[in-house]
Parts: sequence; C-alpha cells; structure tokens
Amino acid sequence: MSTANHLLAAALVLACSSASAARTDITIGMQLEPPNLDPTGAAAAAIDEVVYANIFEGLTRFLPDGSVAPALASSWEVSEDGLQYSFTLRTGVSFHDGTGFDADDVVFSLDRARAEDSTNAQKGLFAGIDSVEATDPATVVVTLSQANGALPFNLAWGDAVIVAPESIEQAKTAPVGTGPFVFSKWVQGDQVEIVRNPDYWGEPAQLEKATFKFISEPTAAFAALMAGDVDAFPVYPAPENLPQLDADPRFSVVLGSTEGETILSINNKLAPFDNKLVRQAVAHAIDRSAIIDGAMFGYGTPIGSHFAPHHPAYLDLTGNSPYDPERARALLAEAGLADGFETTLKLPPPSYARRGGEIIAAQLREVGIKVEISNLEWAQWLEQVFRGKDYGLTIVSHTEPMDIGIYANPEYYFQYDNAELQQLMVDLEATAEDDARSEILQQAQTIISEDYVNGYLFQLAKTGVANAKISGLWENAPTQANDLTKVFWQD
Amino acid sequence: MLRYAVRRLLSLSLTLLVASLVIFVAIEIVPGDPAAYMLGMNAAPDTVAALRAELGLDVGPVQRYLNWLGGMLSGDFGTSYTYRTPVVDMIGDRLMISLPLALYALTLSTLIAFPAGIIAATRRGSAADVSVMGVTQLGVAIPNFWFAMLLVLVFAINLRWFSAGGFPGWDQGLLAGIKALTLPAIALALPQASILARVMRSSLLDTLDEDFIRTARAKGLSTRQTLWRHALRNALIPVLTIIGLQFSFLLAGAIIIENVFFLPGLGRLVFQSISQRDLIVVESVVMLLVFAVVVVTFLVDLAYAAVDPRLRRTN
Repeated sequence: MSTANHLLAAALVLACSSASAARTDITIGMQLEPPNLDPTGAAAAAIDEVVYANIFEGLTRFLPDGSVAPALASSWEVSEDGLQYSFTLRTGVSFHDGTGFDADDVVFSLDRARAEDSTNAQKGLFAGIDSVEATDPATVVVTLSQANGALPFNLAWGDAVIVAPESIEQAKTAPVGTGPFVFSKWVQGDQVEIVRNPDYWGEPAQLEKATFKFISEPTAAFAALMAGDVDAFPVYPAPENLPQLDADPRFSVVLGSTEGETILSINNKLAPFDNKLVRQAVAHAIDRSAIIDGAMFGYGTPIGSHFAPHHPAYLDLTGNSPYDPERARALLAEAGLADGFETTLKLPPPSYARRGGEIIAAQLREVGIKVEISNLEWAQWLEQVFRGKDYGLTIVSHTEPMDIGIYANPEYYFQYDNAELQQLMVDLEATAEDDARSEILQQAQTIISEDYVNGYLFQLAKTGVANAKISGLWENAPTQANDLTKVFWQD
Repeated sequence: MLRYAVRRLLSLSLTLLVASLVIFVAIEIVPGDPAAYMLGMNAAPDTVAALRAELGLDVGPVQRYLNWLGGMLSGDFGTSYTYRTPVVDMIGDRLMISLPLALYALTLSTLIAFPAGIIAATRRGSAADVSVMGVTQLGVAIPNFWFAMLLVLVFAINLRWFSAGGFPGWDQGLLAGIKALTLPAIALALPQASILARVMRSSLLDTLDEDFIRTARAKGLSTRQTLWRHALRNALIPVLTIIGLQFSFLLAGAIIIENVFFLPGLGRLVFQSISQRDLIVVESVVMLLVFAVVVVTFLVDLAYAAVDPRLRRTN
C-alpha cells in the first residue's frame, strides 16, 4: 500500500467517525413564547416548558411518570404529627453564576413565594406553611400549620423552584438556577438558547446545546418540521397532520397524556343550572366520542369526573353520563323545562374549545337547549368568566396536576358548594398515607361525577412529534415541561 | 417650499397628539387585566393586586396617559408588562426585522413594477402589454399568505434552499439575515408589484395622451426622450402615493406573512401584546406606526412638491 493509499484510508476513517458521531444539539419547537423566564412570578406554561428541570430545580421534582422524586433535597423526614418536614439538602451544588447553594437559598425562595406581596401564580401551594428555617447549611425544616401530605408534591411544581437572592433580579430575562443547563441567550420573539452546565452536581446532560424556537402558526410548525428547522415539537399544535407525520419514517409521533381535564364548565349558581336535573341533562346530551373525533381528530381519553386517567387513584366514571339524548329530554321535562331554555357558551381561544364548542352547541340543541356562542380572548375570558362568573357554559382544560381541590372552593368560577366534598379535601390534606389518600380521592371523584357539577369531556392528549433518532423526551406531561436531561441522538 | 414644509409639519404634530389620545382611550376601554392574564387561573386576588401595584396599574387613567405622553416625549416608552423589558428596546429589536423586510419588499416591487408598467404603457396592446396585465391581474388576486406557503413548500420543504422561517439575527452575518428575509420579501412584493405596475401603466397612458406630449413630439423630441423627460415625471404622482401607502402597510401589515415565516417582526409584537393585554406595548407600537404613516405621508407630500412645481406655490 502506498503512502497515498494510507492517507486516503486515514481520511476515510476520520470522515466515517465524524459522520457517525451523534449530534449534540437540538431545536425544540414550541407554540407559545414565554413572557419571561421566571417560573415563580407568572402562570404561563411556556415558562416551565423552557426552564423546568433544565435551568431551575426545586427541593423535589416530577419524574416523567408523574411521581415525585428528590432533587435539591436528597431526602426528607416527616415528624409524627405530620407538621414538620426536615429536608436534607445536597451539598456541593452551586448556581450557574458560581454562588453556592445552601439552606439559606431555600429559606429565601420559599419565604419569597409565600410573602404578603408575592406575585407567585400558585401561592396556594405554600398556604399551609407556618415557617421555614435553616437549622444548618444542609438542613431546612418546614413547619406546617396543619398536616399536609402533599407537601413534597407541591414543592415539585415549577412555581416552587429554588432561586438565589443574588440573581433573582435578573431571573425574568437571564435566569440563574442550579440545573443541568445554563441560560445562554434569548432572541425575543424567536428563540431561547441553553447550553450544558459543565459543573452540574448530578449526571450531566448529553446534549451540549438546546434551542427553543417559538412558532405560533400550526402550518408554519408543520413546514419547520418538514424543512428540518426544528427537531421536535413536544406539543404539536396541528393534530390533523399527525397521520401524515406518523407515516414519514423521519419522524416519530408520540401520544401521551397530560394533566388537562377538558370540561364543559357549568355555572352551578345560575338558574336553571342550580338544578341538578338540568346539569345531568346536559351531561347526557353530550356525545364525548363525537367531540374527541371532531375537535381533536380522535386524540383524547373520555373522562367521567375531574381526574387524570393515568393516575393510580383514577376511577372510570364515564358510565354515570353516557350519551342519551332521550334521557336528557326526559330530565329537562322533569325539571319543568320541557321546552328547553337558552344559555351562553363562552369559548376561550384553544382549538379544543372553539371546535368542541360548535359540536357541543349542536348536541345541546338536539335536546332543546339553545346556546349562544361567543368567542373570547384569554384576557376577556379571565375577566368575564373566571373572575366575573358571567356565563352559563364554557369549555376549558384544567391543566394543573391533582387539582380536584378546586371543587372545595365555593368561590371558584363554577360556584359549586358542597360541604361533604369540602370536608373530604380537608381530610385529604391531613392524610400522608398513599392508600388512604387514594380512598379519599376516589370518593371525591364519585361525588362530583354524581352531582354532575360539570360536563366531563376528555383528558387532553399530548401529541408530540420528533425526529425518529431522538430519545429521552417525555412521553406524558405530568407537569408542563420539556426536561432535556436525558435526551440524546441515536447514532 | 419652506413655508409649505412648515405648514405640513405643524399639522403633523397636531395629528400625532390627537392620535395619541384616541389610541390611549381606545385601548384603555378594552376589557381584560394584564396582571390577571399573567397569573392565570390559580392566582389569589391579593397576588393579582400585588402585581398590579408592581406594574404601576394602580394609578388613575389620566395620570397614566400623562406619564405615557411625557415619557414618549423624552424617549422613554415605558416597560412592557409581560416581558418586563423597556418597550423601546423591544420595538427596536422588532424594527431591525420589519424595517429591512419592508424596504426589501418595496425595492423588489419597485424593481419589478417600473419596467413592467413602462413597457406595458409604451407598447400598448402588444403581447408584452397583454402578458403584464395578465400576470399582474393574477398577482393582485392571489392572497399573499397562500403564495407564501407555496414558496415554503417549494423552496424550503422540497428544494431545501431556504429555512421554512425564523430569523437568525443580524449578528449571524448580513447574508444570513438577507437570506432569511428573501422568501417573505418575495411573498410581500408580488401583490404590491402587481398593483404598482398597473398604476404605473395607466398613469403613464393618461400622461402620454396629454397635449404637452404631442407638443414635445412636434418640436422634434424622440419617443424615448419624450418618455424620460416629460411623461414619466408627470406620471409619477399617483405612483408615489401608492408607494407611500404600501410602505406604511408593509411596516406592520406584514403580520400574516410574519406568522407564516415565524418572523419576530412588529406586526406579531402587536398581535401578541393585544392578546396578553400588554397595553403599554400596544399603545407605543400603534403610536409609532401612526408616526411612521404621518412621516411617510409628509415625505410623499414633499416628493410631490419636488415633482410638481405647482404644489410649491402657496397662497
């Protein structure tokens, strides 16, 4: 073999090895851009979809299956009476700006979140906390005013992440956390870029760089995927394209579940909906499968109560409200409304509401309920429906995990007031043991289902599309996040 | 000419003041609270109140109008409610895309429309005229977003010559920036060029029928000399009006094209801010657009005066 041949062979080997080395960057498409990057000061899901588990971490965290695992706290102990949680913190952890992480940061973060002038969108998570104390640099003791078995769960939310007093001022535009990725840049209106944290305390991420690109238009999202501008769209906005993408070997379509119970909310105080017979009639007038097919292109799991089907304590209660227009008409007649009645249906912008609304309006018309549809923007919806309670019916997906507790609040926008359920929720807070909690949760599901508080439609599906070579993206969405810690490209 | 300019400048300032009042009142009466929007469904009422105070929304509307007006006069447009960054910076960033895009599209449309219009007018009834009229008819009729999607399908998805959209930022180089704006600029330019070419043609035809053209020909000028020295200059007035209108439109009216190509331009900023009730951004951007329209109209007026000496004579 001549020297030239040797060189050629060496060059070939080099070319092959560089060609087969897996990519270490990824571009993730998202429909909405986060308004800012501080998860402790606004409700927008898009914030968590960028920063959760990537930039910021809490004492505990959600795993892809929805269970709660240790994060910045390596372990915790609960006192006999359930009032004191003692968290042991990881040592050797530092924030991205080089400042150390210790118990003082935890006290700062939790006190800030529950303070009088706090702007935390989920302040309720911290409501039962009486005091937070650092007993030594690696130990934090949280004292509760009453036992709350859900504390580790509450602290896993994005709104409860640990921030540092040194860097909180810049969190909205250049967040500093403890996570496996470091914020790099934000081109507003276009993209956020994060890079691997070389000093991460845990197992380092496999990706070196990740870019979140914001594409609001469903057609543009499709084009961006097809042209290779984005590698994955974890919550793909146009379900109508999914069959086409699924058939394309370049992509894999992943269907998972979310925490989004999509319901036809009913104003329980507004006549005639204050009559249970009328609410039951509405429930029987609804054909869930027609709505799932028509509004969601078949993606979605029917539900019969306000609870996520993938949760261990779930009870399938769809049998309480099968599609039965005859029965619905009979129930209306029994309620003295044989000629039907008129009401309003106010719809927020998501397509599940706008498309679903048209179908539901037609179904209700079949049994004699005439609805007047009005389409609202989110800001208007919050003002009129959510705060003003000026509505008859509305459709919305409740995306917070484990939010059945909203039924215990008579001031909540569906204005449901039931002492029995309120007591159950008090009991739930005081219960730490899993089986007992499941028991209570099942009773609560049954009560609201049999009271026909709302029309229960379907659990929102998570329809993700990704390059077929990407592994490690979350299949389900136990919280709204794009955790990239375990994501990698296959060779 | 100077008195003409001063008079126009005065009426311009008055227009702006009236516009600021109209914009503020119109936007303030829209229902929806930016703080409630940001905090979502689980927020406690006292949390919303705390955020309102932090955003400076707890003072009266008159005070807020005066603060806003005073701020604008000193170049401070306030801070965005949602993004918490100065509105000036946000608008500046978006203008870095919208302004070059508008200029790019306008240049393309002018480069296409002028020759097409002139050829069609001078060779009236010829095959060239018929094809210009046919193609421009089509150009006016095709919705630009549909044409944009067609461009994406062909040049981004099938040929992969361009990205399907997005903007890499000017720090990635002039060429990368221009490349990213090329498909959107073409999509915007097609209908504009069609309209402009038709206006150019009919205006030139009208002028060519005038008596002074016959006189010019009679005194021995060639067709070409008559066209360049006399006809074109007189035919330009309606064309300039259209160019002025098109530029103002392109600055913020490109929103549909911005959505198709997911470009972070001014149009999308307004759209986003309206749905997020980021009122201060909406007010400032709309004010800026009014300012741009008024200034462009002013410049077009000056250009008329330059083209047509009769407009300079004031009495």
